Amino acid sequence: MALLEVKNLGIVFGGLHAVEGFNLSLEKGMLYGLIGPNGAGKTTVFNLLTGVYKPTTGTFSLDGVKLTGKNPVEISKAGIARTFQNIRLFKKLSVLDNVKLGLHNQVKYSTAEGILRLPRFFKSEKKMNEKAMELLKVFGLENEASTLADNLPYGKQRKLEIARALATNPKLLLLDEPAAGMNPSETQELMDTIRFVRDNFDMTILLIEHDMKLVSGICEEVTVLNFGEELAQGKTSEVLNNPEVIKAYLGD
Amino acid sequence: MEFLSTIISGISLGSIYALIALGYTMVYGIAKMLNFAHGDVIMVGAFMMFTALTKTSLPPIACIIVGTIICTVLGMLIEKIAYKPLRSATSLSVLITAIGVSYFLQNSAQLIFGAGTKQFTPLFGNGSVSLFDGQVVISHNTIVTIIISVVLMIVLTLFINKTKTGRAMLAVSEDKGAAQLMGINVNKTISITFAIGSALAAIAGALLCSSYPILSPTTGAMPGIKAFTAAVFGGIGSIPGAMIGGILLGVIENLSKVYISTQLSDAIVFGILIIILLVKPTGILGKKISEKV
Repeated sequence: MALLEVKNLGIVFGGLHAVEGFNLSLEKGMLYGLIGPNGAGKTTVFNLLTGVYKPTTGTFSLDGVKLTGKNPVEISKAGIARTFQNIRLFKKLSVLDNVKLGLHNQVKYSTAEGILRLPRFFKSEKKMNEKAMELLKVFGLENEASTLADNLPYGKQRKLEIARALATNPKLLLLDEPAAGMNPSETQELMDTIRFVRDNFDMTILLIEHDMKLVSGICEEVTVLNFGEELAQGKTSEVLNNPEVIKAYLGD
Repeated sequence: MEFLSTIISGISLGSIYALIALGYTMVYGIAKMLNFAHGDVIMVGAFMMFTALTKTSLPPIACIIVGTIICTVLGMLIEKIAYKPLRSATSLSVLITAIGVSYFLQNSAQLIFGAGTKQFTPLFGNGSVSLFDGQVVISHNTIVTIIISVVLMIVLTLFINKTKTGRAMLAVSEDKGAAQLMGINVNKTISITFAIGSALAAIAGALLCSSYPILSPTTGAMPGIKAFTAAVFGGIGSIPGAMIGGILLGVIENLSKVYISTQLSDAIVFGILIIILLVKPTGILGKKISEKV
């Protein structure tokens, strides 16, 4: 059974069919690309899969659990995590605290235990710190743990967003334009990081990207969206050479 | 030496304002709304304690705890019934609702306890400590007020910065959407914020009525407005700002009462507020929000 099963997913804003009849089946461990011209509905698909928008039609499920109509908190707990096109870190908090927020639901102690500083509070916070530091090490951010997220350089902010998403212990990771605004060497490093995450965290990754070098470099398969509908789907190299796809990107 | 005792009683009054201001600033930070019913929670807390003190034989500390628990629940109820359904409404609608809740609480108190004033028994006795051969006399009430306020502010600061609920509150105040996608329950976090703010208000009510032992259904209104002023003064949304703003406001108020005029003290306090906001519109610790281009 596929990890993520999306069937006929669609959403209408007013009269606009932002996404229509979207189907996707992701096997565990896949690195999958979602591409298309600006305004094709790619980020809308992410917003549907994370519960930010409620779909007008269709269903999707993760590991056989139906998630359609669930809210973002429930979906996060079910195992879908994401990053954002425009980085949305908690900028006024430290790098470490950002990752610890991702761990929010994995360590349990009550608010009262926190106020009264009972033993379970210290034990849980210690566990959270260790887990968060482990994750920061993976991304080479351990020396910046106490820096404010806002003061990190751009490339590291992108990495921190991935680390924070991984902290929620997801089964599926959605990356929204991870290479946006990066130079070629940063993009190369990012490709290595994404591969590393897939291999070492047993992760399934669905990513939106405009950088075709990154897409053809790491995605095994892609779906091309255009005007909210699927234009092509299949092996990356084949799809990228499809005349219809080239036409959608470059015009007639 | 008059100066020293004026400053100390100013700090005492100011720490009460600070405790109330914390409720305003936390709720503003997280729900982006001005909860004008916050001042009346003080009054409800004080009435609950008054009732417990006069109708039961519980010790004062137990009465404070009873009042605090009732106000905590009240704060959460107000949020759930009056504000939560308006989560996506314009801020003006929420503001009007808050004013409505404020009047509802005042009038309910009038109905239940009557419109007249009640004599509140100081919770910490009438004793005092004299320093410098009796040149400076500080009442027990003043000392207890300062100690309780400082302890509560330290506990709150630790709670906000070091616990996962506190972190969740900071995250929600910065970006609700991103916080939700991290699995943080925004509604629950807002509810906890109201609970903490109201608990602080109830304790502030006990301290206030111990120092100024007159209780009526409008008791909470003026301290509420002043604490709101303190929150704006310190930079609304900022927790250390509310503490500093509150204490400064109390000291300024007391100094002007002693050295200028009792009748004019409120005018002076608000006048200083206007001047500070003219010079620094975001308040003492408020950050200027600059859009990145």
